[in-house]
Amino acid sequence: MTNETLLSARGLSLSFGAIPALVDVDADLWPGEVLAVVGESGSGKSTLLNVLSGRLRQQDGVVWYRDPEGRLHDVHAMPQPALRALHRSDWGFVHQNPRENLRMSVSAGGNVGERLMAQGSRHYGNIREAAIDWLRQVEIDADRVDDLPRTFSGGMLQRLQIARTLVTHPRLVFMDEPTGGLDVSVQARLLDLIRSLVRRLDIAVVLVTHDLSVARLLAHRIMVMQRGRVVESGLTDQVLDDPHHAYTQLLVSSVLQA
Amino acid sequence: MLQTRNLGKQFVLHLQGGLRIPVLEHVDLEVHAGSCVVLVGPSGAGKSTLLRSLYGNYRADGGQILVRHDGETVDIATAPPRTVVQVRARTLGYVSQFLRVVPRVPALDIVAEAARGLSPEAARARAAELLLRLNIPPRLHALPPATFSGGEQQRINLARGFIGGHPILLLDEPTASLDNANRDIVIAMIREAKAAGTAIVGIVHDTAVRDAVADRLYHVSPLQDAA
Repeated sequence: MTNETLLSARGLSLSFGAIPALVDVDADLWPGEVLAVVGESGSGKSTLLNVLSGRLRQQDGVVWYRDPEGRLHDVHAMPQPALRALHRSDWGFVHQNPRENLRMSVSAGGNVGERLMAQGSRHYGNIREAAIDWLRQVEIDADRVDDLPRTFSGGMLQRLQIARTLVTHPRLVFMDEPTGGLDVSVQARLLDLIRSLVRRLDIAVVLVTHDLSVARLLAHRIMVMQRGRVVESGLTDQVLDDPHHAYTQLLVSSVLQA
Repeated sequence: MLQTRNLGKQFVLHLQGGLRIPVLEHVDLEVHAGSCVVLVGPSGAGKSTLLRSLYGNYRADGGQILVRHDGETVDIATAPPRTVVQVRARTLGYVSQFLRVVPRVPALDIVAEAARGLSPEAARARAAELLLRLNIPPRLHALPPATFSGGEQQRINLARGFIGGHPILLLDEPTASLDNANRDIVIAMIREAKAAGTAIVGIVHDTAVRDAVADRLYHVSPLQDAA
């Protein structure tokens, strides 16, 4: 068990006008670990994800990323090209709306292969083979490889986005409500897929979700946010089964039992 | 293998005006390799709370929960979450009363995933073997257990708990929904685990099962409610 974090944030603060989105937030992520960030809309969880991934700049605090060679990088001090290169290779970002990540005018196979090409792959046959292999891994028929994403259902688009993200074997993936907006039946399938891929490929994940059952099934650890602050954090099942903070108790007790 | 010192646990219900409910105080429990301690006491005395605290599912407020893990002693009560994840992966197994899994995963995979140190094929073979032993017929192995009966789900849970061969095993009512035939199989499995050196803590209401597996009883008594 390594003690070196993959990602480490200290004292993150950010306000939108008078509204505090992040207040003195610390976070740590170790390799191969899934960390869920939960809280209601407006709690700051998506803002945290955007700041951790360098997509948004905080007013205070710092985010450190450790590269495969063990060097630490201040995410917000990296030159833009270096950060973009990181997002194309070592990192991935899965959006709630797959259309934000996918190119709708490019075939499914092209969407997956594009990330490989951005990394320097040039051999067309290999790229196509890798794309088909990934479509299969996310349970999309290989004969859909040349179809445009707009012919895909919502659940398929989400799986295509995951294939596009994972094809470069990232070590760290940020996920923003990956099962949000999908039918429950599709959600279950996607959850199972994310869980098995993350486990098999040993990927570290920061997962933002408002769905506590998604956090329970996927995450090792959990952070509960309210009005920009982390009010409680710990082992996922412990925080959900024995919540200590008043807000967490409210969240847990408000879930409808199906 | 497992020892608690002066363990305490209370719940504070913030939604009920900060109501404090003390459940455990001064719990000193010791469990050795190859032995089984059964928690006894009236309903509501805190047996499940104690068992869940041992697993780190509930957070102890005071005292220590010392576990022998990878040749070192870890205090579950104060260990960082990632350490508890490691302890659960390699040392501390738990069979809960309820099956909580991703909806679509087949029973066989649920059990195989909990295996340790086996190749995926060997894990699946071992899982099938355990399920058969627990009288889950092959036609059910490929199905997700959501539609299974209570007793079948409990046996999936048992297979999942036993396949890992963890040095310490916590059992919450392992035979509650089982018929006599299956109950006897579980008794045999517990005895085999003990013979293999597993330290076991269990909640067992069924006195026949208790007599068959317990080396020692630990009495959990209800505390007076504090205002």
